[in-house]
Amino acid sequence: MNFAELELLRATTKESIKLRLGEEPSDNFKYHVLVCGGTGCLSIGCQNTLEALQKAVESQGLQDSVKVVVTGCMGTCEMGPVITVFPEGYYYCRVQPEDAEEIVSSHLKEGKFVERLCYHAADGSVQPRKSDMTFFKKQQRVALRNCGLINQTSIEEYIAMDGYKALAKVLQEMTPQQVVDEVKKSGLRGRGGAGFPTGVKWQFVLDQKADQKYVVVNGDEGDPGAFMDRSVLEDDPYSVIEAMTIAGYAVGANKGFAYIRLEYPRAIDHFTKALTRARELNLLGDNILGTDFSFDIEIRVGAGAFVCGEETALLASIEGRRGEPRPRPPFPAVSGLFEKPTLLNNVETYANICPIILKGGEWYASMGTEKSKGTKVFTLAGKINNTGLVEIPLGLTLREMVEDIGGGVPGGKAFKAAQTGGPSGGCIPAAYLDTPIDYENLSALGSIVGSGGMIIVDEGTCMVDLAKFYLGFTQDESCGKCTPCRIGTKRMLEILERITKGLGKEGDLELLIELANSIKASALCGLGQTAPNPILSTIRYFKDEYEAHIKDKTCPAGVCKMPRKGLKS
Amino acid sequence: MGAECKCNCDQDKKLDALFAQYKGNPNGLIVVMAAIQEVHGYLPKDLLIKTAEELGVPLSDVYGVATFYAAFSLRPRGRHSVNLCLGTACYVKGAPEVQAMLEKEMGIKAGNTTEDRRFSLDLVRCLGACGIAPVLTVNGEVYPRMTAEKVSEVLAKYE
Repeated sequence: MNFAELELLRATTKESIKLRLGEEPSDNFKYHVLVCGGTGCLSIGCQNTLEALQKAVESQGLQDSVKVVVTGCMGTCEMGPVITVFPEGYYYCRVQPEDAEEIVSSHLKEGKFVERLCYHAADGSVQPRKSDMTFFKKQQRVALRNCGLINQTSIEEYIAMDGYKALAKVLQEMTPQQVVDEVKKSGLRGRGGAGFPTGVKWQFVLDQKADQKYVVVNGDEGDPGAFMDRSVLEDDPYSVIEAMTIAGYAVGANKGFAYIRLEYPRAIDHFTKALTRARELNLLGDNILGTDFSFDIEIRVGAGAFVCGEETALLASIEGRRGEPRPRPPFPAVSGLFEKPTLLNNVETYANICPIILKGGEWYASMGTEKSKGTKVFTLAGKINNTGLVEIPLGLTLREMVEDIGGGVPGGKAFKAAQTGGPSGGCIPAAYLDTPIDYENLSALGSIVGSGGMIIVDEGTCMVDLAKFYLGFTQDESCGKCTPCRIGTKRMLEILERITKGLGKEGDLELLIELANSIKASALCGLGQTAPNPILSTIRYFKDEYEAHIKDKTCPAGVCKMPRKGLKS
Repeated sequence: MGAECKCNCDQDKKLDALFAQYKGNPNGLIVVMAAIQEVHGYLPKDLLIKTAEELGVPLSDVYGVATFYAAFSLRPRGRHSVNLCLGTACYVKGAPEVQAMLEKEMGIKAGNTTEDRRFSLDLVRCLGACGIAPVLTVNGEVYPRMTAEKVSEVLAKYE
C-alpha cells in the first residue's frame, strides 16, 4: 500500500462509521448498535446479549438497516453489559438477552428509546444519551478516543478514525527532529507513573549514535487497580502500533518490542492480530507505505512479575533473564535492550502520540494545568457507584471525579479516601476533595498520579489494613536484589501485622516512619523507593486509626480482629 | 506410534522447533520455558536440563528464572486452575473472605494443589477487571462479583 491507497481506503471505510460520528452516511444503515466487548462486560455475559440482539434484528427483518458491532470498553464497567445506539448515542445499561426484542421493536423499529434500560443517576434522574450522562460530561478522550467506538481489531475502522494519518504525515512531511519537537511541545509526560517528559526522552534516544536502536512499549501493567493499558491494548491496539512506528522513525529504530503481561491474554491476542493486519497492509515491516523506512514489532509475553514494569527489569526480562532492576545510569536511552539505545514508553503514553502529531503539540498542551498538560486516563474502582475507565483533562478536582463522574459512594456511606497510584502511591482524605488532580498537587499531598489507578474507599475500610495490603503486595513482588526492599519491607509488614492483630506497641509508629524513610532513600529501584508511601500517607492522614489500634486495641472501621480486647475469636 | 500414540507429538515438535530456533541463544530462555509450561502445565526437570543445554545457559540460571516468575511452576498442577484476584479493588470488596472459603473448601492454602490434583489455587495480582470485583477465574472462565457463599457452587462445576 502507498500513501494514495491509504487515503482511498480511509475514504471508503469512513462511510461505514459516519453514523457513529454524527454525520450523514451514504449507505443504507439507519442504526449502529454497539455492544461493549470490554473485559468487564465480557465476563458478565455480553456475548449472550450480542447474540440475542443479532437474532432479534434478523427476526424482525432489520439486518439491512441495523448494524451490530462489538467494540472495546465503553468505560462503565459496573453497568455492563452496556450497548450504545447511534446516531443519537442512546446508552443502555445491564442489557440482558431478554431485553433484545424490546430494544429492536421499540427503538430500532419505532424510534422510541427504552427508558427503563437507560442510566439512572443516584438522584433518580434518567440520562438516556451518552451526552446526557454525568459520567461522560466531564471527560475528554484522547488516549481512549477509539475505545468503545470501533471494532477492536478492525484496521479499516481504525483507519476510518484517522488512523495512520499521523504516520503518513510524519513520513511525508517531517524530519525525525520535527517529530520529537512536536512531542516536546505537547508537554506530554510519561503515563506509566514517573511522569518524565516524553519529548525529552525521545530526544535522548535520537541523539545517540548507534548501529541499532530499539523502541519498546511497556505493557506490564501490574499496578493493582489499574487497567487502562489493558483497555488500550485490547480495544485500540493500532493506536499503539502506529505510535511505536512513528517513534521508530523519530529516534532511528527499525525494531520494536511489545512487552505485555501474561495476565492479559485478550490483549496479547488482539495485539498479535493487529500486528499481522498492519503487516498485511504494509503499515509495518519493510518499506512502510513504499518509503525507505522499515520497522517491525515483536511481542514478548511477561511471565508474572510486578517488578518487570520497572524499565531496566523489563529489558532484562525481554533478554530472557530474571527481571531484576539494575542501577541507572546508564539509562536505557543510552544503553538499554541488548546494550543498545532504547526508547521505552508506557502504553498510554504511546496512545497519545498520533493525536499530538495530527493536531499539534500546542493543541495537547492547551489541555490540563500549567505543568501537567493534557489528559490522563484513570481507572475508578472500589466503593464507588460508577466504576470504570475515565479520561479527564488534568486539573479536574477530585470531587468532580468522585461525585460527578463516579456518582458518589454507594449505600449512603461516607467517602473516606481516594487511594491513587497503587502500591507506589498514597491516600487522599475527604478534606482534600477540592484539590485539582495533577502531578504536582497529588505529590504535595504525599500521593502520586502514578499509572492512574484510583481506588475509592468508604468508612468501612480500615486504613491500617489497607496499608498492610499494599505492603504485603510489594513485599511479595520485591525481586530481592537489594536489601532495603527485600528485608526492609518485610520488617515493616511484620510491624503492621502486629498492629492489626492488636499487638502494637508504643513506638511502632516512629519505627515505621524511620524504616520508611530509610527504605525510600536507599532502595535500588522505583518499587522499593515507593513501597513505603502507602504507610507514610496513611500515618499522615489517619494517625488516629493507627493509635486506636496500638493504644486502645480497637479497629475503628471494624475490619481488624482484636483478640486481646473483647472475646477471643 | 501411529494410532496408538498418546503422547503430545505435535506439542513436542513445537518445542523442538523452539529449541532449534534459540539454539545457543540465551535470550530465548523465557520464550522456551513459557512454551514448555504451556504444553506440560509445569516445567519438568528433564526439559529444564535440555533447555539449559540447548540454549547454552547454566542450569542454575534456568532454575533462577523458573523460580522468579509467577507463571512458572516446578511441580505438576491441578486439572483446574483457580485464580483469585487480590488486587486492591477486589481486596476492599471482600476477596479475603472468598479466599478463606476457597482454602477451606479445598483444604489447601493458596499456592498449592489439592492431593487429588483436582484444583490448583493461586492468588493473582490484579486481572484488570476492577469494575466487577471481586473476581475469580477457573481455567480462565471469569466469575464476577464473587462472594464466599458462591464458592462451593462454582467449584462443584469442575470435576
